[in-house]
Amino acid sequence: MTAPMDVTGGDTQATPEAVVDAAGGPAIQGRSLGQIAWMRLKRDKVALAGGLIVIFLILVAVFAPVIAGAFGQDPTQFNSDLIDSSTMVPKTGTGISADHLFGIEPVNGRDIFSRVVYGARISLLIAFLATLLSVVIGTLLGVTAGFFGGLVDSIISKTMDVFLAFPLLVFAIALAGIVPDSAFGLTGDTLRVSLLVFIIGFFNWPYIGRIVRGQTLSLREREFVDAARSLGARGPYIIFRELLPNLIAPILVYSTLLIPTNVLFEAALSFLGVGVRPPTPTWGGMLADAVRFYTIPHFMFFPGMAIFITVLAFNLFGDGLRDALDPKAR
Amino acid sequence: MVTYIIRRLIWAIVMLTIVSIITFGIFFLVPRLAGATSESLAARYVGRTASAEQVKIAADKLGFNDPLIVQYGRFAKGIVAGADYDYGPGVERCPAPCFGYSFLTRLPVWPDLLDRLPVTLSLAIGAAVIWVLAGVATGVLSALRRGSLFDRAAMGVALAGVSLPIFFTGIVSLVIFSYGHPFRITAPGGSFTPFDENPAMWAYNLILPWITLAFLYAAGYARLTRAGMLETMSEDYIRTARAKGLNERRVVVKHGLRGALTPILTIFGLDLGLLLGGAVLTESTYSLPGMGKYAIDAITNQDLPKVMGVTLVAAFFVVFANLIVDLLYAVVDPRVRLG
Repeated sequence: MTAPMDVTGGDTQATPEAVVDAAGGPAIQGRSLGQIAWMRLKRDKVALAGGLIVIFLILVAVFAPVIAGAFGQDPTQFNSDLIDSSTMVPKTGTGISADHLFGIEPVNGRDIFSRVVYGARISLLIAFLATLLSVVIGTLLGVTAGFFGGLVDSIISKTMDVFLAFPLLVFAIALAGIVPDSAFGLTGDTLRVSLLVFIIGFFNWPYIGRIVRGQTLSLREREFVDAARSLGARGPYIIFRELLPNLIAPILVYSTLLIPTNVLFEAALSFLGVGVRPPTPTWGGMLADAVRFYTIPHFMFFPGMAIFITVLAFNLFGDGLRDALDPKAR
Repeated sequence: MVTYIIRRLIWAIVMLTIVSIITFGIFFLVPRLAGATSESLAARYVGRTASAEQVKIAADKLGFNDPLIVQYGRFAKGIVAGADYDYGPGVERCPAPCFGYSFLTRLPVWPDLLDRLPVTLSLAIGAAVIWVLAGVATGVLSALRRGSLFDRAAMGVALAGVSLPIFFTGIVSLVIFSYGHPFRITAPGGSFTPFDENPAMWAYNLILPWITLAFLYAAGYARLTRAGMLETMSEDYIRTARAKGLNERRVVVKHGLRGALTPILTIFGLDLGLLLGGAVLTESTYSLPGMGKYAIDAITNQDLPKVMGVTLVAAFFVVFANLIVDLLYAVVDPRVRLG
């Protein structure tokens, strides 16, 4: 995808000294892994574009009320006066106007632009929090399994196997579907968001757990860990000061690529009607509503494109980040 | 080898048992957290006209007042050996594998699931054939012509493909090719004709879901195959093969592709296992009456026995697919069975 970055594979990689010698030798400058990665990322225009779109989307989500407010729109407000009362579709076909940039929904005439903007909130909030949950659980258990080995490792690994045997989507729908509107001391959107974060995050941790475990297994045998141990370092010190800093790159890449998966997951649950409840706008929920009005293509176009652009942007950025942090990855 | 197979089989059974315990536990506990009582669950079996006394008797007879562990034991026994259900007026025999009776229709869950299976099987297998062929071919060609216009175009489309949810591409495909009259190539969703009844109609009804579903997976497989091919084609043994003077076709197919395909096989097993348990999104987008649609309908109606049945059958497919992949690996790679 990011073809220019693929060139930096194995044998073409030069040591900093060699580069300097070839160039005729200004002062040798040490570069940290982060600096090297940033240099590579800066050259990858496609990944940068993805990153900028991601930042833009986060800003849209954070300032949703301001953006929708600028057009004087509210995502749950009905505009029945703009709807043809016999056909239930917008009077002008789409309802697109200076006030309603993306037009209005059939039947109740809600503003599609402000609903798409507000939808970014639910989508990104759930995707970020669920990713965070998976990464925290996966990293903790993955490092523990890889570092201690033996019985601890086999218990954690078998647990991962069991989790991976769950038919995730069916199970998530079932679980999200049977929880009532008020449970665990929470109600409304707070309950639904927490529930979705828990379901999506809790069942995804084994994937990152496996990656972290594998990396830990190979790092554990490296000389610097031996050195730390012979200097008298104990388990926690080795885990937090020696192993985790070396695991940050794969964890970062995996998290960036897990976010778009979770955006799709949340959209799927909302599409199936077990996500955050209406009238709170969600992209998946809007698509589900749009199915019945397929003769009005703009209704499905905007939420669909919102999902597409969000997922694509995260994927582009994640691919670029992976190539930048790991020259061998393609 | 035999020891390996036996060990792997035992683990598969253990895994299914654990999954069933967790599933049962969750679907037992969550409705109760939501305020359901033994009586309200039993009331769904005996109907609304029953008196409070009748409901209470039914709840006792159906065992809704027993501790969780006893109820699970009965549930598990039903799956393995069948069960007798006592509604009050008469005893009904539910042969193995018995997943209980639907709250709504009062029919046993298992025959219902069996009815849905051909739909999901047709959908998943048809799509799998398309996506493996298209995805792997695209990936190999892209890797061989890295940096070419074809490579960049194919990888661009593939990246878009993995970023598009099927419930969006599905609706769009329906609007263009099914509802929209100028391009109509298939029937509107919701119809399924069994293969043995009329193969042409079977394919006609499934062509659109096949292509949409396959496109999503093919995109992912093309990316994976390309990455795998680029890696194996830079291995030393490829250079050796070329040095021996083998023709390029043989080098690519026998040496390169073989190494690149093993990881794809693992993922294919998992993907197919998950799909057989219900292609939930595809089936509900195209209203195909498969297992995924069944799951959604069961959840909408809060029909717990159906929900549990479909979850466990889906888990079975995942575990089974994993098992097959592991055994295939053991055949291909001796390190696995000895390790």
